[in-house]
Amino acid sequence: MRSVYLPGNWTELWEYLARNPRALLYAGGTDLLLKVRTGKVDPVALICLERIEEMKGVTESADAIRLGACTTLAVLLDHPLLQKHFPVLIKALRELGSPLIRRMGTIGGNICNASPAGDTLPPLYILGAEVELKTGSTLRTLPVSGFIRGPGLTQLQPGEIMSAVVLKKQPDYNISHFEKVGLRKALACSVVSMAAVLTLSPDGIIGKTRLAWGSIGPTIVTSPDVEDLLTGKKLTPEVLQAAAGIIRQELSPLDDLRAEADYRRDVAGNLLLRLADYR
Amino acid sequence: MKITFVLNGIKKEIDAAPDRRVVDILREDLGLTGTKEGCGAGECGACTILVGDEPRLSCLMLAAQLEGLNITTVEGLSKDGELHTLQQAFAGSGAVQCGFCTPGMLMTALAFLKKNPHPDRAAIREALSGNLCRCTGYQKIIDAVETAARTLSGKENS
Ligand SMILES: Cc1cc2nc3c(=O)[nH]c(=O)nc-3n(C[C@H](O)[C@H](O)[C@H](O)COP(=O)(O)OP(=O)(O)OC[C@H]3O[C@@H](n4cnc5c(N)ncnc54)[C@H](O)[C@@H]3O)c2cc1C
Ligand code: FES
Ligand code: FES
Repeated sequence: MRSVYLPGNWTELWEYLARNPRALLYAGGTDLLLKVRTGKVDPVALICLERIEEMKGVTESADAIRLGACTTLAVLLDHPLLQKHFPVLIKALRELGSPLIRRMGTIGGNICNASPAGDTLPPLYILGAEVELKTGSTLRTLPVSGFIRGPGLTQLQPGEIMSAVVLKKQPDYNISHFEKVGLRKALACSVVSMAAVLTLSPDGIIGKTRLAWGSIGPTIVTSPDVEDLLTGKKLTPEVLQAAAGIIRQELSPLDDLRAEADYRRDVAGNLLLRLADYR
Repeated sequence: MKITFVLNGIKKEIDAAPDRRVVDILREDLGLTGTKEGCGAGECGACTILVGDEPRLSCLMLAAQLEGLNITTVEGLSKDGELHTLQQAFAGSGAVQCGFCTPGMLMTALAFLKKNPHPDRAAIREALSGNLCRCTGYQKIIDAVETAARTLSGKENS
């Protein structure tokens, strides 16, 4: 039997962590409790973050939106500020798990889990999200792309907690796209996913653009070469074909049971072609 | 560990291991076997209960998390021996075959109808997409939720 502690605020959390440095934490538990159950981890004690109200909620400042790490995915999906400023994240959230999983799972959990298939990650990469990490009264901030080191690996130090995700508002992008190819619609891990934001002029010229792919490498994949190729070009199927060729060349996908490497590579390129629908 | 919570309107004090899953507390310790365990991994929704008005998967919740909560299980739906409108609609629409998914479907649908009293079929389908059914093919379950929504809003207006 292991103890399960539910701190009600930051102070209680730090006190408990100081006394139980080897305890593992969970927010929604949709990743961690499964690992405990299957014996992948065997912690002496668990800390559940769900009662720390200070870690939840969405707040707006002049140029950014801050998401408390323990805000559930369902709350984010329904949030008007995110719908207004970050439609690419909304599109990804809509595809994540199921309504029941989204009601329990949190944004902090999705990031700290650092799965290559984490659906919020491609949008967070291209939006340049930053994560706030706290230990006691010290706070550091990292870009999410630097925070994640590999499958299941992050920069979190022992005793460090993610307090929030910060997204700068990006008024330039007028197109937001997310597509996930999985084996079924709800509750499926993705085979490949792609998130894209772009500025498209009225005459169809691509200005600024950022793209990211999930489930195709050990972490989220981005490609400066693809972005460079697209910038300044007219959005046409031919240009997208050329970009798809580049990404297929750059990729060395995870070769697991869900799909063969070649298939993933093909799909990763094909997902780009969908952007032609925005013309 | 002593845990106090409200279960189907009645205050309970239990003594349980803090890391015991809520689905096990309900089924094994309290004998409420209406809540089912299908996958034990968040994938099927058979273990859905209500925490306040929100559906939660009881296979991914630990006993310690129950402290102070207001829990409803499928056993709490009928009142004075009469089935809840939603249960009547499930029975009447042929939405129950083996019945294994039914408690979870009912709890998810109940929470959904509270927030969306006049849903269309697409919205019902989306709301229930975390609850799997291996028998019905879902159509009759959607029918049942539609019927219940109509009956419930009729009751409100009368
Ligand atoms: C059936 C099912 C379907 C799923 N489908 C998808 C899907 O389609 N797409 C997808 O991306 N994911 C999916 N998931 C995975 C999971 O639901 C998400 O990753 C979710 O966002 C995890 O959040 P959580 O709060 O439940 O994480 P938890 O399990 O609570 O935590 C996950 C990890 O993060 C750490 N952690 C959590 N919060 C913090 C914090 N604030 N600071 C430091 N560390 C922290 C924990 O210690 C743990 O290691 C699915 C899971 C299940 C069970
Ligand atoms: S038993 Fe809980 S979701 Fe399947
Ligand atoms: S009625 Fe058998 S699983 Fe739904």
